[in-house]
Amino acid sequence: MLSPFVSALLLQSGYNAALVAVGAALLGIAAGSGGAFLFLRKRALVSDAVAHATLPGVGLAFMVMVALGGDGRNLLGLLLGSALSASLGLLIVEWITRRTRLAEDAAIGAVLSVFFGFGIVLLTVIQTMSRGKQAGLEGFLLGSTAGMLFQDAVIIAIGGAGAIATIVLLRRPMTLVAFDAEFAAASGVSVRTIDLAMMLLVMAVTVVGLKVVGLVLVVAMLIIPSVTARFWTDRTDRLVGIAGLVGGASGYVGAAFSASAPHLPTGPIIVLVCFALFLASLLVAPVRGVLAALLRRRRFQVLVHRRQGLLSLAHGEPIFDPLTLAVLRRSGLIRRDGVPTEAGRAQSAKVLRDERRWDIARQIYQDDAVSGRYDGLTPIETVLTRDEIAEIDRRIGSPSVVGGAA
Amino acid sequence: MHAALAADHPLVVQGMTVSYGERPAVFSVDAAVPSGSMAAIIGPNGAGKSTLLKAALGIVPPLSGTVTVFGRPLAEARSRIAYVPQRASVDWDFPARVIDVVLMGLYRELGLLRVVRRHHREKALACLERVGMADFAARQIGQLSGGQQQRVFLARALAQNADLYLLDEPFAGVDAATEKAIIDVLKSLKAERRTVVCVHHDLATVVDYFDHVLLINVRKIAEGPVATTFTAETLQATYGGRLATTHIDQLKLPTA
Repeated sequence: MLSPFVSALLLQSGYNAALVAVGAALLGIAAGSGGAFLFLRKRALVSDAVAHATLPGVGLAFMVMVALGGDGRNLLGLLLGSALSASLGLLIVEWITRRTRLAEDAAIGAVLSVFFGFGIVLLTVIQTMSRGKQAGLEGFLLGSTAGMLFQDAVIIAIGGAGAIATIVLLRRPMTLVAFDAEFAAASGVSVRTIDLAMMLLVMAVTVVGLKVVGLVLVVAMLIIPSVTARFWTDRTDRLVGIAGLVGGASGYVGAAFSASAPHLPTGPIIVLVCFALFLASLLVAPVRGVLAALLRRRRFQVLVHRRQGLLSLAHGEPIFDPLTLAVLRRSGLIRRDGVPTEAGRAQSAKVLRDERRWDIARQIYQDDAVSGRYDGLTPIETVLTRDEIAEIDRRIGSPSVVGGAA
Repeated sequence: MHAALAADHPLVVQGMTVSYGERPAVFSVDAAVPSGSMAAIIGPNGAGKSTLLKAALGIVPPLSGTVTVFGRPLAEARSRIAYVPQRASVDWDFPARVIDVVLMGLYRELGLLRVVRRHHREKALACLERVGMADFAARQIGQLSGGQQQRVFLARALAQNADLYLLDEPFAGVDAATEKAIIDVLKSLKAERRTVVCVHHDLATVVDYFDHVLLINVRKIAEGPVATTFTAETLQATYGGRLATTHIDQLKLPTA
């Protein structure tokens, strides 16, 4: 199992598998980075409506091509048909949102289900037609790469490259509109045009991706990469780049994986690989990841207990909290019997002095810049200058070592 | 308004009506902001202050009315306008640093493809310096306090290097230090002979901060210099019963 997978990864599993892997990677990059803007604009679900609205176009294009005497299998013709019906779906969503009182989510739900239902009806009718080679049309639902031709891969490559070029060209106005549409409008950017361009971009990626991942799952390739990228960065440009990388890697690895196990469908495998990357990011990403948040919380908790313990020592109060005792014992501030060590006494005197200084500082400095920094943990030396602290000390008198029994 | 008069006014609005649905939010408002002034748009909640500003900027489409900026139609004079929206109008969890937001103010200069160079960054940093936020340039915008968010928006508008500044409630919900920082910047703009227009809600500071005032409540109530226009009578007419007489007395206004 492993070795065919590795050879597929290295594009050694034959011509067709290599074609599929490269095509899926290109599609993944375009979908990931293009979907990032949709995600930032908070309109990710529109892509779902666009994707489902492609199906009637596929069916109608097949019928037209058969009626004109072909076998109805020309990919370019099918994609053209899907693009037309997706545009229609998109325009209807836009029109409903703008002209009626319905919100966008309702419009998306209506368009998505009606177009998809109509598309399924057309596919069923096509199955009963005596002419044309209808086998494989249902591959547009979940993607099928088994019989991919060189010209199919070329179409995907050109479409993907075009989408990436559009992203580079329009990244600034798209970012501007996604962050602050009003400011963009006031700066002379036509928000409607940019929104429309964003949607056309998504539609292009969807149409091109139909063959590889299918219309049901292409929405995952648009959204999951940018959600994954959000864990790793706080900058828009990097988010778009990382989303492209995640999408590209998912496409490539997923295609290689399904090539090594011929009975596994390509589209769903690509989406699962993408999801695995998302899950890993959710867990281990620094700062925004779940583990990082847990560690941060734990570290903060230990600091709070240490501070509280030292203050109790300074005031000569008994400590009962087991975690506080453990923290103090571990850092050698108290002995096993709870009596403070030399270091413990010194530290508690210091903490007490810091606490008193903060009390005075918060009376003197009413503004946020100083008093807002008080969290019970930040040493005052990191917030105020020496002469400012000297002034505070003048008011409280010099520190004295607090002694003895806990 | 005569064309000659419109030419030396940074912002002239004529017969502006904006309606959401069938109920007009702004009805047939005329206004002319004099050059180099600090103007306040005043009125109760729902009086259409922000809507008027947005219509003047072309953000919301008006039902009728024209906007003239420095004697030219709005579309030809956009590069001379800077805009500060309400800070609540955006999602502050957006993946951007403070400096990225300020660089958005240079969009007209950068266009689609020009690379952000050092002098662009220095310009953005200088704008942050003016609002006292230079140390925060690399911060994620989600970590800012409300007042700091407002300062970043102001810095972005400064980066636009405009002649006419339109601000939507710049003092709403900010701390005292930020209010002072913002008013200092606005006064420095005025000193540079630029024109500032603010939607403003705090009647107590109108006399201190502004020299020109437009009172509206869907319709225009009064417009003119603060000294003669911002009176108990016009306020009563603008706010109706919503403003207690004691409140007006506290403002220590001249009676016309």
